[in-house]
Amino acid sequence: MSVAAGTNTSDLLDLDALLSSGELAVRNSVREFVKDKIRPSIAHWYEDAVFPRELAPALGSLGLLGMHLDGYGCASRSAVEYGLACLELEAGDSGLRTFVSVQGSLAMTAIHSFGSEEQKRSWLPGMATGELIGCFALTEPTAGSDPSAMTTFAQADGHNGSGWVLNGAKRWIGLASIADVAVVWAATNDGVRGFLVPAGTEGFTATPIEPKLSMRASIQCDITLDNVRLGPESLLPAARGLRGPFSCLNEARYGIAWGAMGAARDSYEAALAYSLERLQFGKPLAGYQLTQEKLVNMVLEIQKGTLLALQLGRRKDAGTLRPEQISMGKLNNVREAIAIAREARTILGGNGITLDYSPLRHANNLESVRTYEGTDEVHTLILGQHLTGIAAFR
Amino acid sequence: MKIIVLVKEVPDTYGDRKLNLETGLADREASEAVIDEISERSLELALSFADANAGTEVAVLTLASEGATATIRKALAMGAGSAIHVSDEALRGADLGLTAETLAAAIRRVGFDLVITGNVSTDGSGGMIPAMLAELLDVPHATGLSSVTISDGAVSGSRPVESGVQQVSANLPAVLSITEALPGARFPNFKGIMAAKKRPLEVLSLSDLGITADNPEAARSIMLTVAEKPPRAAGVKIIDEGDAGDRLADFLVENRLA
Repeated sequence: MSVAAGTNTSDLLDLDALLSSGELAVRNSVREFVKDKIRPSIAHWYEDAVFPRELAPALGSLGLLGMHLDGYGCASRSAVEYGLACLELEAGDSGLRTFVSVQGSLAMTAIHSFGSEEQKRSWLPGMATGELIGCFALTEPTAGSDPSAMTTFAQADGHNGSGWVLNGAKRWIGLASIADVAVVWAATNDGVRGFLVPAGTEGFTATPIEPKLSMRASIQCDITLDNVRLGPESLLPAARGLRGPFSCLNEARYGIAWGAMGAARDSYEAALAYSLERLQFGKPLAGYQLTQEKLVNMVLEIQKGTLLALQLGRRKDAGTLRPEQISMGKLNNVREAIAIAREARTILGGNGITLDYSPLRHANNLESVRTYEGTDEVHTLILGQHLTGIAAFR
Repeated sequence: MKIIVLVKEVPDTYGDRKLNLETGLADREASEAVIDEISERSLELALSFADANAGTEVAVLTLASEGATATIRKALAMGAGSAIHVSDEALRGADLGLTAETLAAAIRRVGFDLVITGNVSTDGSGGMIPAMLAELLDVPHATGLSSVTISDGAVSGSRPVESGVQQVSANLPAVLSITEALPGARFPNFKGIMAAKKRPLEVLSLSDLGITADNPEAARSIMLTVAEKPPRAAGVKIIDEGDAGDRLADFLVENRLA
């Protein structure tokens, strides 16, 4: 088993030197996992629109699920280590990094931060091993960037003591159709609250959204909630208002800032390798000035973006990370990653439109990544508000 | 039961491998250093046995330069309980005899029921160490097994040979060498990586083991010269002008390939 040799050409600044031996060990372990368990099959999963459910326990035994959380079987790793893991996973495929984000950053973080002791004990250990899968239902068919417009409503249930009845619809909910538990956010007479809805609860239906041109190795669903009756124990006691789901989104956005650089690095490496082998007009593509400029520009942005992500991680570990800094990382790194993936595709010529090469698959995946957890526009406005003090959302 | 697994650090099998023409040794700067895959398989064999048999102690033993700590920590992260790192400037370029003598001394010092090692490394490809160790330790040697069963007092398994498969067994203590047919290694998980930092790693020098590298009494092989493989020469192109078949046959005969 060996570590991919790619970093020697993609790590010009020796950013590895900024990482501890423990951080490098975590990174290398995930990198090997991706090489052995994801790369050989990803093209087929992507083509056939298969989410490899069987990979979840393997990701769990590595320690990747809820890896930055403490206790309940979670791995208690640092923010930087979590980021490095996201980067390596997304170098494999955004769909699989997305699973780890949904499970760990969204569903598990919601339960870990806002759940009762009993809720934590009954769900988190199984989710950490990958035996149980969770999803996180915030977005609605008519409430995307503006979740405050949500119409899903939880009515206190007069018939059921202090229970609840949920009605409404959610859309673009990752893993919902195979989830064992859904964290559902709903408006109540007392503001937005979170609920744990176990799979199979009457009135809860999750339907995969198909066909997709992006994130094909992952599942996103429509959810309908039709008089879903829940007991009082299903309420997440410590989350009140949109602050709850937003804090989970910040966790996921943080991971994306790292992950996007993985997709970018993998695209660059594919383009570099191809350009060194492919001969046109009697010499390798890499020998042409136009190709060299493309490769150089890719490496510049990958190195800058990775440095940005690392700075976010160091601040997160120090407890000083600000939401606008996360917006900076998510906006910049995903925007650059998609440009790099597309540029890499041009170096691959016609062969670049097949699934034999990763860049177009990454570029297509990144269309979703730049859309979820805050679009380019939303993060631009968050940063605009931070710079000017004027909110321009409406 | 106490199992010692020999773990070798080698230049990445999938990277460029080069000789340093001045020293005649592998140029370890030319590619990334990794655990030899066959060593990982050996460790996996020991760890799966330990998983199923409480009270099993698995130690890894590495003879390598000082810089091999990351490799050893990885073996610990995979699940080995302790590690012995034999490191000494005088071992640079050690021949098979000195290597085996040193490893045997370290194994004897630690104590063992079973030594598990790969049949041959991917860099030096000597393939002699397992047999030499068994001889020096004065224990039986089950060589080149493609399947292994470890029980309380014995080890058994099958050894593929040209004409078929031999079933072999040996009483413990013993030295066991495996082939690449055995399963690949587990990934070190994050808990293992953390735990590895706290597991004992003992560094030993030759004097700790009472071995003299330049003992004039001992037979040693000495490398006198070293040459790099010549670059591949241009091939012979045969253009078919009706006689290509004959010329091809001539070529094969000339090069003793027919």
